[in-house]
Amino acid sequence: MTMAPRTLFEKVWDRHVVVPECAEHPAVLYVDLHLVHEVTSPQAFAGLAARGLRVRRPDRTLATLDHSTPTEAPDASGQWPGIDPAAGAQIEALRANCRLHGIDLCDVGTGRRGIVHVVGPEQGRTWPGGLIVCGDSHTSTHGAFGALAFGIGTTEVGHVLATQCLLQRRPRTLLVRVEGALGPGVTAKDLALAVCAALGAGGGAGSVLEYQGEAVRGLSMEGRMTLCNMAIEAGARAGMVAPDEVTFDWLRGRPGVPSGAAFDEAVADWSELFTDADARFDSEVVVDAAAIAPTVTWGTASDMTMAVDGSVPEPTSETEVAALAYMGLQPGQYLAARPIDVVFVGSCTNGRIEDLRAAASVLDGRQVAAGVRMLVVPGSDQVRAQAEAEGLARIFAAAGAEWREPGCSMCIAMNEDRVPDGGFAVSTSNRNFRGRQGPGSRTFLASPETAAASAVEGRVADPRPYLQEVTRA
Amino acid sequence: MPEPFRNLTSRCVFVDRDHVDTDQIIPARFLTTTSRDGLGAHAFADWRGRPDCPLDAPGARDARILVGGANFGCGSSREHAVWALLDFGFRAVIAASFGDIFRRNAIENGLLPIQVAPGVVASLRSEPDVEVTVDLEANEVRVPGQDAIGFTVDSFGRHCLLQGVDTLGFLLEREDVIRAFEQARGDGGMA
Repeated sequence: MTMAPRTLFEKVWDRHVVVPECAEHPAVLYVDLHLVHEVTSPQAFAGLAARGLRVRRPDRTLATLDHSTPTEAPDASGQWPGIDPAAGAQIEALRANCRLHGIDLCDVGTGRRGIVHVVGPEQGRTWPGGLIVCGDSHTSTHGAFGALAFGIGTTEVGHVLATQCLLQRRPRTLLVRVEGALGPGVTAKDLALAVCAALGAGGGAGSVLEYQGEAVRGLSMEGRMTLCNMAIEAGARAGMVAPDEVTFDWLRGRPGVPSGAAFDEAVADWSELFTDADARFDSEVVVDAAAIAPTVTWGTASDMTMAVDGSVPEPTSETEVAALAYMGLQPGQYLAARPIDVVFVGSCTNGRIEDLRAAASVLDGRQVAAGVRMLVVPGSDQVRAQAEAEGLARIFAAAGAEWREPGCSMCIAMNEDRVPDGGFAVSTSNRNFRGRQGPGSRTFLASPETAAASAVEGRVADPRPYLQEVTRA
Repeated sequence: MPEPFRNLTSRCVFVDRDHVDTDQIIPARFLTTTSRDGLGAHAFADWRGRPDCPLDAPGARDARILVGGANFGCGSSREHAVWALLDFGFRAVIAASFGDIFRRNAIENGLLPIQVAPGVVASLRSEPDVEVTVDLEANEVRVPGQDAIGFTVDSFGRHCLLQGVDTLGFLLEREDVIRAFEQARGDGGMA
């Protein structure tokens, strides 16, 4: 018997079906890894307690503190003096729940704390072919390894805690075929924004994306994570890249990854995870990589994008008119004419070591412009330590940027890291929503290179002149 | 476990711009809570108090139907968005399309998400003061003097809404199958 050709998604889905779906109910899927953080879990743990239930597989659960934690250094006892009491209570609730249920918590002092989507891969807990969920929409990040990974609500967090399973209707498949190569200074972030523009902010709804093409193959794991991270910003359930040597090399030697012969066996299994030649997708979109410039957003949805050196486009809908009004921008305007207030480098989109290297390469020997506040927030303790060892932290500090402790920080503005009301930020995060970075904040999403160049110039700036210097040096 | 949903008749509140994300429905700074109660006070917090805020309009507090545009509830997975809308008083959202995670969260909590054609949103908007009936048993939205508008909700979601089904109970009842699945993979776990 020969099996029908299958997509990468279908292969991973099939591996996790406990009960097949039918007209009456969705599939019951088995979850390999459940990532937990302080903000979307307390009500789920409370639900278990109310029913006298235990966490079924603490060994398949990994927790961290990231969303509401300050980016000031905690004290020796792991507390943040002056933290908002409600945020502090949430942190203590997760600590207590992890103790009660025997869940590994990447807490202060472990050297493993960080943003949930940075920590999972870093600790080798994210595997190709796995099914990974978290009460966080950017769980799509882990699809970079060929995992099926998506965000869930708190009720479903409770389902997974109690049963290690989830009820899911099978999504559609959508092929994102990236043709050609990215130009100099054009990054995974620019590609991610181009995909949002091609699909529309809601165009991926109901679908799992698979990114294919030489430009995707050419990305590092960090770049693939940036790309898959923003699948949700096109509305998709998840985004995936088939694993290859880049993936296996990145995983080799990490704590949660098998070693020796077991690693070779795992690689043999993971190497089956690709879309078969004759497999069909439900739909397809083509993106021309060579046509992508360093990109920024001009509005309040992910698909409102423009070339960094271009002009603000004419609005094509009432929603876009309202977005321009919120941003205080006019069609035809060049963004370089407008001063900015804040630059943020960090987040689960662009808070990894390569992102910090990219920002530092632009800032090296330069200064953040007067009147601009620049925060650099590493994605994890490990990223922070590595950046310090490589001398990147020194470059940021010398340039006048703030070098902070890891966390979600100004991407979600749950702690005190906020863009002032009405202020303009160039941000490497993932959402330009109204008020996302603080009430009244106005966000230009960009790559780390563009963000760093913008910090130097005090306005939205094209990173390419800076990068050419680096290439010549 | 959500209350069963059958039908309701109410005026509508319109937030019918496209891409109303869950950060609009409840900004992140209100998520530092360990409870799911009382979040209605923060529903659309950054919109409230402005002259054009639809949730401040007379009668909004009594409305039980929210009408949105395309991609309603996109963005963050925060279930607090659904809890905030329910606590404000809404029991149904009619929109041109929904963010996937929001739709699932809504059904889990007994907030009925109804997807309709964009023209239906525009038509409802043209008569903003009329009382609209949302009938899940009949799969219809009814507006006085107009033909009924059909809609579909996933069969399991519909069943859960109509019966107030406990979905965790559904999974817990399958413990034997889950255990067998783990054993077939050679994964007994720590227990």
